[in-house]
Amino acid sequence: MRELDLKPIQKTISLLAPQGRTALLPLLHETQDYYGYIPETVAEEIAKAIKVPLAEVFGVIEFYSLFFKHPNGETIVHVCNSPACAMAGSESIYKLLNQKENLKYGGEVKPKITIEFAACLGLCEHAPAMLVNGQPMVLKGLQSWEEIFEPSRKRPQTILGGDIHRLTKNCGKGRRTSFEQYLETGGYVGIKKALSLDPREVINQVKNAGLVGRGGAAFPTGLKWEGAANAEEKTKYLVCNGDEAEPGTFKDRVLMEDDPHLIIEGMLIAAYAIGAQKGYFYIRGEYLTSYTHVKEAVQEARDAGYLGENILGSDFSFDIEIRRGAGAYVCGEETALFESIEGKRGFPRVKPPFPTTHGLFGKPTVINNVETLANIPIILSLGIEEYKSIGTEKSPGSKLFCLSGDVNKPGLYEVPFGVTLRHVIENLAGGMRSEHPLQAILIGGAAGAMADPSQLDVNLSFEDLRKEGLPLGSGVIMVFDETRDLRDVLLRLANFFAEESCGKCFPCQLGTQRQYEIMERIAKRKFKNDDIHDLEDIIATMTDSSLCGLGQTAGSAIGSAIKKWPSLFSNPETQKEFTGGQND
Amino acid sequence: MTDTVKLKINHQEIECDQDLTILQAARSVGVNIPTICYHDHCTANALCRMCVVEVKGARTLVASCVAKVSEGMEVETHNERVTRSRKTILEMMLSTSDLSQSPELLEMASEYDADHDRFGDAERRSPALIDDNSMFVRDYEKCILCWRCVQVCAEDAQYAFAINFKGRGYHTQISTFYEKPLPESTCVFCGQCIGVCPTEALKPKRQWLLELGYESDQIMQMTRNERSKKTKKPQTSTAVK
Repeated sequence: MRELDLKPIQKTISLLAPQGRTALLPLLHETQDYYGYIPETVAEEIAKAIKVPLAEVFGVIEFYSLFFKHPNGETIVHVCNSPACAMAGSESIYKLLNQKENLKYGGEVKPKITIEFAACLGLCEHAPAMLVNGQPMVLKGLQSWEEIFEPSRKRPQTILGGDIHRLTKNCGKGRRTSFEQYLETGGYVGIKKALSLDPREVINQVKNAGLVGRGGAAFPTGLKWEGAANAEEKTKYLVCNGDEAEPGTFKDRVLMEDDPHLIIEGMLIAAYAIGAQKGYFYIRGEYLTSYTHVKEAVQEARDAGYLGENILGSDFSFDIEIRRGAGAYVCGEETALFESIEGKRGFPRVKPPFPTTHGLFGKPTVINNVETLANIPIILSLGIEEYKSIGTEKSPGSKLFCLSGDVNKPGLYEVPFGVTLRHVIENLAGGMRSEHPLQAILIGGAAGAMADPSQLDVNLSFEDLRKEGLPLGSGVIMVFDETRDLRDVLLRLANFFAEESCGKCFPCQLGTQRQYEIMERIAKRKFKNDDIHDLEDIIATMTDSSLCGLGQTAGSAIGSAIKKWPSLFSNPETQKEFTGGQND
Repeated sequence: MTDTVKLKINHQEIECDQDLTILQAARSVGVNIPTICYHDHCTANALCRMCVVEVKGARTLVASCVAKVSEGMEVETHNERVTRSRKTILEMMLSTSDLSQSPELLEMASEYDADHDRFGDAERRSPALIDDNSMFVRDYEKCILCWRCVQVCAEDAQYAFAINFKGRGYHTQISTFYEKPLPESTCVFCGQCIGVCPTEALKPKRQWLLELGYESDQIMQMTRNERSKKTKKPQTSTAVK
């Protein structure tokens, strides 16, 4: 074997190594960017430099699906395999690409192209979605399959709509909002206002605005901040969770790509409120454009004196470091994300202790979702009264919904809380794509629940959805018409959780796999008498006994489908009433 | 002086040290909560979730090996919700790993009335046995991923850091750096991992060979050869601490 030239990476290693173990993921990214994979000798060099045992470095490489141990093709294609993309034919594309590949290279030499399935690329509104060397590729308008590999295609444009544009004021314009453009549209007013207030008062405003987390768990934001603000320690961290990877979700991507300054301002205000000196902006590994845009915006903010020492002449100093994920949905779980920043496998931690007292590097930490932080400058600049003038009493403000599947205009929609599901699907997203009527809607994400057409008039607010047994989750509304095979949809969700379980606790490690296997059989119409009972026990066990939110919700959508349509899970010979799923 | 708290375990009022876990408190009054990954001398990671209990007011069940007692807490250790989880976990384990040499787990399975064939057509984890040194074999078909070996190899005991994980989720396996043979790793053959392994996935080579039907003089011959080979071969691996 040819000796590997270590020189190019050694400079980076010596540059980052003083940070210690936290530099591990950035170093692995650099290595892979340069060599196309993580050669063993480089992994050894990194381990020595950051003083981490070899076996643990290997464990980290192995945890993240975007890191490769072996050489790959020059071009890496990720084909999205989520329900929305599968409905749009992603499986045929995968097969076709592989066939073409085999024809061309005979499968003998090192492939020029590596083709992999990805669980969800967060490009649901562009289904079927692909990444070619990290860049989103939309098939619409392509003339031949070779065009897929032609570089410099324009970034796909997300349809942006809704009844109101607070969070999305600067989105959907086909460009990243620059620092100047952000200032011109009233940007960085919120931080100026915040700096004129006592940090306690800022927290009070966020509490009084009734803001709850938009990542899925809906925890009151002000309360979280208060917890960290009250913590005794001097060093505190503020983390922005941009590890959006819930199938059907792409709201944070649009915000990060189109208006990163809004999020940066939210981080500034949050950091000021809790007394954090340093922030981490953790961005999903697949979101290269988000990464680039946030990086550019952070630099602009730094150059303009909005990040760094003594911001705007005050005593407040704060800066942001950007981190890239590397292909692990579980890292969206807050404590797993900390582990990832710390250079470890993304295993969720046992709670308590909670992040507000023992978070990143063991220090008090606030971690908020991108959309949550985007609300902060709006609360500060509009004032509480104006902020709460839209939405419902218990769910004030506006919310982003990610529409995908069989609607005419899949895209991102901002609405005040409380509008009906029907309004969003029919009036905003243009209704059903074809003449086939609506069959089902996945609400909240893969960890969400299934709704049926009788629930179209539910109001989209936390309290109304809860009454209907539907979680708002990350704002997913994935629509299925009558021709869709719901068993296949559920199989894909089961596959997603089996792929993404970290394997730490037994209920999720084993349960996601068993759930997937049973769904695989059911999707092939090979039913067993005990399937429903078995699934129910597995789901109850995962929900009750898993260590983190991933496992606790991994059976949620399938569980909701069992309640609604038990006939999906049993022999059609004995159960005739189900009419869906005719395309098999 | 440490403070005490009062709580109820299975409706029985008890008073105990506030630093105890629910598991310790329960054991102190003779309530036996089952555990698999938990080991008195290892850091508790709450992996197996066999020790889950129902705590009044908690949304989910609570892992008693890590959850501390608190004043006024009401705990149920063996109600229907709890046993459903335990039984299902055992049934899923039985359909995943070879537990034939784990008498404690088999006893637990019969105690919870776990059906060995409930998930009969499930994909089992069945990697090939690794026989790469003269001291012990690694048969990960039996591994249940309790992490004890990784822990004692690292900060819980030996600080050798020879093993960690490959893969993730269901397809996780304990592994050395780039799956190298143990003699090329930082393993010091202390045997602590064998001592804490609950399923005989890690087994002394002599025992393994006896089970395969070799006579003890044959075994002496075989391992002697292996050892002399090893001492002649220069060490190539470098330890990273």
